[in-house]
Amino acid sequence: MSGHESTYKPGTGIEKWIDARLPIVRLVHDSFVGFPVAKNLNYWWTFGAILAVCLVTQIITGIVLAMHYVPHVDMAFASVERIMRDVEYGWLIRYIHANGASMFFLAVYIHMFRGLYYGSYKAPREISWILGVIIYLLMMGTAFMGYVLPWGQMSLHGASVITNLIGAIPLVGEQIKIWLQGAPSIGNATLNRFFSLHYLLPFMIAGVVILHIWAFHTTGNNNPTGVDVKDEKKDTVPFHPYYTVKDGFAIIVFLMIFAGFVFYAPNVLGHADNYIEGNPLKTPAHIVPEWYLLPFYAILRAITFDIGPIPAKLGGVIAMFGAIAVLFVLPWLDTSKVRSLRYRPLARQFFLGFVAVCLLLGVAGASNPDDIVIKTGEDTLRYEVALEEAPEAVAVAEAHHGKIVSSNSERVIVDFAHYEDAVEFAEASGTTAEATVKHHGLTWLPVAQLLTFLYFAYFLIIIPLLGLIERPKDEPESIADSIHKSNGSADAVAAE
Amino acid sequence: MTDDKDNKPPNEDRRDFIHIAAGAAVAGGAGALAWPFVAQMLPALDTRAASSLEVPITGIPEGGEIRVLIGGKPFFIRHRTAAEIAAAESVEAGDLPDPQTDEERLVARADGTLNPAILVVSGSCTHLGCVPVGPGSNTGEFGGWYCPCHGSHYDTSGRIRKGPAPTNLPVPTYEYNADGSAVTISL
Repeated sequence: MSGHESTYKPGTGIEKWIDARLPIVRLVHDSFVGFPVAKNLNYWWTFGAILAVCLVTQIITGIVLAMHYVPHVDMAFASVERIMRDVEYGWLIRYIHANGASMFFLAVYIHMFRGLYYGSYKAPREISWILGVIIYLLMMGTAFMGYVLPWGQMSLHGASVITNLIGAIPLVGEQIKIWLQGAPSIGNATLNRFFSLHYLLPFMIAGVVILHIWAFHTTGNNNPTGVDVKDEKKDTVPFHPYYTVKDGFAIIVFLMIFAGFVFYAPNVLGHADNYIEGNPLKTPAHIVPEWYLLPFYAILRAITFDIGPIPAKLGGVIAMFGAIAVLFVLPWLDTSKVRSLRYRPLARQFFLGFVAVCLLLGVAGASNPDDIVIKTGEDTLRYEVALEEAPEAVAVAEAHHGKIVSSNSERVIVDFAHYEDAVEFAEASGTTAEATVKHHGLTWLPVAQLLTFLYFAYFLIIIPLLGLIERPKDEPESIADSIHKSNGSADAVAAE
Repeated sequence: MTDDKDNKPPNEDRRDFIHIAAGAAVAGGAGALAWPFVAQMLPALDTRAASSLEVPITGIPEGGEIRVLIGGKPFFIRHRTAAEIAAAESVEAGDLPDPQTDEERLVARADGTLNPAILVVSGSCTHLGCVPVGPGSNTGEFGGWYCPCHGSHYDTSGRIRKGPAPTNLPVPTYEYNADGSAVTISL
């Protein structure tokens, strides 16, 4: 599994006997014990090991939950409640599993941003990166289907919204949707297959993780300088004990945060609506996915206009999938030869901007598109008056500084900027209509549209252009050199 | 040409044929085997059998509606008031986002006449499939239905008037029974 010579020396006779038949101990030794790793990896590199812990946690807790869960629309919700109340430690195992999904995504996002910052996707590590994006896609599929299983209101209607996206595909969309659901709507057939696939996909993730490790063990790890290992003796240390200990420490810190959620705020990342059993006749007021999918949900809803022949609904779906698809081609979009943004001051500014865009997209995804972000005008009081009730409403409204928004033979809608005017209008016209408060200002929709543009612009315009116009700083001669520099005199640091 | 032929080992053409024939058989077999595994995900026979429902309409109060699930899909059967019918008929269809007259959204009774009091529409918002709310809760700006998810307003004919939904609430395939006291809705 590695591109270097094996350092494994079987000591005992039995080790030699096994090594001649199935060199599995040698494989593990060369991958995770003797494997030479750049000696300057910082804590951002510990998230790989943290993610491995997350995957194992999810698989173990998931297998246990499957022993108690019933994948049937009439029993799923109750069986989850039974796990919470009656199964010994069921509450603990379910809370670990539910929060584990969030922790998994938290870690994977940090891991991905680390890869972006230090250029880990660039040659020769393109395949490691692409396999990583595949793992991320599988994670999203697994998480989505897992969220459907408790069969709460969010499960049912979230699944309905997402599978309806497929219906946006022209011509065959509706047929594919029915094929995926196994019925004209989300129902028992859907729940059963989602359960089956939710059980399967983590093992596929594990398989791709092995390929992912194989790929970057063939090329060697990237490191914070982005400079290749030149002298294995000077630039690297063996994985064990140096990185087993460093990763172990990071895992402990991560598990403390994880435990904080499990024991003190187990539901803070979820939605209360999912503790109401799914009802196909009643949609929750505000359907939102889990936090880790919110940026993509924002992109989906940002496309509210037709793009040439593409209707808005399909455009939103294309944009959402495009936001992930663009990651696959990132290694070929980046024109810069310098991997690490440490030596690319301009690119670093844009990277920080990109992180902010992603976080803001998350906020936009959680918000109602029509909600006000920045209030620009005074609130107005809006009256909708039926003309049969107050036929002279238009004249009275105009006399009291009301702004007629619309009027027809049946009713008049009028806005008032001042509370006193509205009260006088209500008295003078004798209406019994209640005023509603209407705000003026910038809503989330244009903000989400701008953020969506910036997201794509970062990959499709900024990254390709930066490599051509930017003058990077000098990279260190070698990894060892960079360490000596930063450990050297204060002058040397200042000079850098 | 003759040289080439001489260089070929004997039976080369027959081996090519066997390779291609064997490859084709494997590909065909794999395809034939794959189909059952694809088709098993389609709606099963019992699911398809449960795809129509007879709904009595005489008990729906004027101005109210009943909601039924057919194959898990919601449908609204609304008993419209005279004012609601008038509102639906008075709109110029050409001005609508998805132009349809109110008449086009009704199905004739057995005797060929229309029954504008009863409107049958799908209960899935054409935007992303949420279930709109209606009489008794919030009928939106146009008196029909309002989808709370992303703010689509439907009028008293189930036509989209405002918001992100692209099309009107579809009218399902349905027919009146002989005396007009019930409708049978099919998916």
